[in-house]
Amino acid sequence: MYQTVYHRASSVDEAVALFSKSSEAKFLAGGQTLLPVMKQRLASPTDVIDLGKIKELQGVELSGDVLTIKAGTTYFDIMQNADVKKATPAIAYLTSVLGDPAVRYRGTIGGSIANNDPAADFPAALLALGATVKTNKRSITADDFFQGLFTTALEDGELITAVSFPVPAKAGYEKMRHPASRFALTGVFVAQTKSGEVRVAATGASQSGVMRVPAIETALKANWSPSAIDSVSISASNLLADIHGTAEYRANLIKVMAQRAVAAAR
Amino acid sequence: MSTVKLTVNGKAVAVDVEDRTLLVQLLRDHLNLTGTHVGCDTSQCGACVVHVDGKAVKSCTMLAGQADGASITTIEGIAKGDELHPMQAAFRDNHGLQCGYCTPGMIMSAIDIVHRYGGQLDEATVRHELEGNICRCTGYHNIVKAVLDAAGRMKVSQAAE
Repeated sequence: MYQTVYHRASSVDEAVALFSKSSEAKFLAGGQTLLPVMKQRLASPTDVIDLGKIKELQGVELSGDVLTIKAGTTYFDIMQNADVKKATPAIAYLTSVLGDPAVRYRGTIGGSIANNDPAADFPAALLALGATVKTNKRSITADDFFQGLFTTALEDGELITAVSFPVPAKAGYEKMRHPASRFALTGVFVAQTKSGEVRVAATGASQSGVMRVPAIETALKANWSPSAIDSVSISASNLLADIHGTAEYRANLIKVMAQRAVAAAR
Repeated sequence: MSTVKLTVNGKAVAVDVEDRTLLVQLLRDHLNLTGTHVGCDTSQCGACVVHVDGKAVKSCTMLAGQADGASITTIEGIAKGDELHPMQAAFRDNHGLQCGYCTPGMIMSAIDIVHRYGGQLDEATVRHELEGNICRCTGYHNIVKAVLDAAGRMKVSQAAE
């Protein structure tokens, strides 16, 4: 790791002020991605601004039909939270298969979506549930937030403070886990909103990062059942291909994971 | 350079380190607590797991500065004098190690698992929960046996206290 200067912020305002005073700063949430990347010398921020002790970034609130998870809430705390389990058990389940226990103790929802790894789990949940990302400056819909591999709508120095999820009628998530990294080889989040809209998002599959899957949405809108997806055809063009799986394999995984997610949805 | 103040195995320490220092480097290089191992250095193998405020985390994926003010327990801090921790004893009795490189991390993760699940542990749960700890010798079978054995022993020793 290259030299860096460590700062611990005690509030969102302080974190943002520290960022603007540094030449090339990075916000440090759980550090489960940023620190490995810094150790590989793929990132070399002059300053890291630790968000881990900011109280206003911690916690979960359920208010009517909106579940709000503050950005600094760890995967472990999300997984254990009674409101999350009650309002959207699919999010609790997603968190339980994300990384491993040590990663879940440290990693945060804000860190996951800010990084927008093409195989991360949370982007699929946000996109399928039609979530809204709250920052220190504004609100951004999930559709606008995720803009491609490791790319988001965040501006330099803009800090995610929370994510608001509309509570769905039903939702489910399933993924094919990479056996070493536990990242999604392909993961699919399916959701039926309380107004009857169906949204489906796949992660780990596309060269452009997390994406909606309109063909499966149409099929599930007509008939919410795993068998409705049997006849759907998913194109392999623009899908990821690597040593772990071809684009055609991932195209098939999108269908299979969507079917399993529908079967598991509640 | 910054001074990091923390409690390690019950003892208050203050260490001057570069800001880029990882918690595992502070433990090994500055405090000579070399029982905590660095296996992969890419946050996957779990050989470096220690308890930070009671939670089993990878000390190679945390800056020393992030641990300022925290209470750390390492593999050196779990035995009571000459008496092994029940998890250590169970690993020995069940042949839960071969080369031993992953063992400190395995044991620190396993203690955390037992604390979280208490008596509700079964083999499938142990295997899922140990996903962050990689062993290249044992095939995990005896490690899982050891954790289940220790879960029973830890319940008994808790009840006795």
